Amino acid sequence: MQPADFTKQAPNIVVWALLLTMPFWLSHVGGYTELGSQVVVLGLAALGLNFLLGYTGVLSFGHAAYFGLGAYGAGMTLRYLLPSTGMGIIIGTLIGTIAGAIIGPLIIRLRGVYFAMVTIAFGQVFYFIAFRWSSVTGGDDGLTGWTRLPLHLGFTTIDIQNNPVAFYYFVLVMFAIAVGIMAWLLRSPFGRTLIAIRENERRSRFLGIPIDQHIWISWVISCAVVSLAGALFALLNNFVDPRALYWTQSGDFVIMAVLGGMRSFWGPLIGAAIYVVLRDYLSSMTENWESFIGLFFVLVVLFFPRGVLGIITRKVKS
Amino acid sequence: MSLLKVENLSKHFGSLVAVNDVSMTVQSGELRAVIGPNGAGKTTFFNMISGFLTQSSGRIVFDGEDVSALPATQRVWRGISRTFQITEVFPELSVGENLRIPVEVASGYRLSPWLSRGGEVEVRDRVAELLEMGGLTAKAGRLVGELSHGDQRATEIMMALALKPRLLLLDEPTAGMGDQETYDITKLIRRLHKDHSLTIVLIEHDMRVIFHLADRITVLAEGTMLAEGTPDEIANSEVVQAAYLGKAAA
Repeated sequence: MQPADFTKQAPNIVVWALLLTMPFWLSHVGGYTELGSQVVVLGLAALGLNFLLGYTGVLSFGHAAYFGLGAYGAGMTLRYLLPSTGMGIIIGTLIGTIAGAIIGPLIIRLRGVYFAMVTIAFGQVFYFIAFRWSSVTGGDDGLTGWTRLPLHLGFTTIDIQNNPVAFYYFVLVMFAIAVGIMAWLLRSPFGRTLIAIRENERRSRFLGIPIDQHIWISWVISCAVVSLAGALFALLNNFVDPRALYWTQSGDFVIMAVLGGMRSFWGPLIGAAIYVVLRDYLSSMTENWESFIGLFFVLVVLFFPRGVLGIITRKVKS
Repeated sequence: MSLLKVENLSKHFGSLVAVNDVSMTVQSGELRAVIGPNGAGKTTFFNMISGFLTQSSGRIVFDGEDVSALPATQRVWRGISRTFQITEVFPELSVGENLRIPVEVASGYRLSPWLSRGGEVEVRDRVAELLEMGGLTAKAGRLVGELSHGDQRATEIMMALALKPRLLLLDEPTAGMGDQETYDITKLIRRLHKDHSLTIVLIEHDMRVIFHLADRITVLAEGTMLAEGTPDEIANSEVVQAAYLGKAAA
């Protein structure tokens, strides 16, 4: 490998090595396997949001809607339809993606803060449906009475129900597929049109790129990944409640992306890791853990506008 | 054969009439300069042709087709490509990437999730050809935002050219440039026009550039068309001199 290739690949190698070995070292640094699964699931959601935010330049403040739809889709499939974890994931992801695809054309003409506001509004619609329609969704108490089930692959059965490590690796496989597709797309001609739109929308339009169409596709891909993350989130907790749909959840995804660095591919995953670990650590000490995360976020944004990973890449370059 | 035909084009912004009933026909292979004092409506006129603004009235016919109602993107697809008065590029991408994006769009790859090996070669060759033509080969890996104004402008022109346009609209290509840069850009435009028999309409203030390049000149003043003719006719026109001197006196 050429040295230049190696510096380019180094972050990927480090991230995958850490993810692949996480169950083996996490307990030695005071963590536990479910915490690792949380990092991977929320990291996937943040990376999905960042496909739109960091690589298309469009800020959504309503991605919890698709996260929650994925979560409820998976939970309700297992609760009401059929006992299959795989089908739960597929149906949950499809519901979130289809909702995104339908809502997309209504909002993609808006820009900046108007776009962000309308995404919040749509998100809240789903929140109130989940909150009010308690006979089906369980309302404020959440959707209970179901659990993820072992995976039957024909030749073997993987017990992701009772074995947290097996579930971690199952989540990691889903993560790898979704992240792999996003990384692939970003290096394609289509991905370059998204970066072009982020860099200069006017120039892009006059290069013959139909902006709304390309933003819509980016939006749908982003919603699909976040829905998948939502479905996995429901399976992780064996539970869904309306908070998964609430606008503050959308804000958390934005915080993770910005905290880690939205201009670097892995930034949002780092952001999610910091967020999950801080929450886990701080919430055992104080009820006001959110204020500390908020303070940390403000400090990072003020002093390191390119996020935590931005600091590291700058150090490496200089 | 006329490639672009503008018929009675007007644009009102509230009570302000920016462009008033302007007609213009540009022949295929022609280089037309649009000149006029500041505020004459030249850029507004350009913006309507390229689809950046919608006209209040009038018609724009491109290659026999009425494009007046088409959005900008579709006019680009039909072969109308433009640059802007204030350079519009992708400053945080390299020169090569700036050219690669329009090349891929022009080759029909804008929605492709991958490129075949053949496609990759085709795109690379075309980018190399454009870099060469624009005198940018040595700077291919540099970020456009770090380049001189002249090189940024050259990049923008090559981006517009990457789309294989049939009509190239250049809005003040030498604005804010020194003598050497102006000379280089003028040479580039002249080469595109002569070697590729590209039809070009440009807005320009620098008279040396205009008289060096233009086949015909259209003069706008206060939104209306004042005169049209060959450079010699325009240079000797009393109406035009009055308009420019009148502005200068005021």
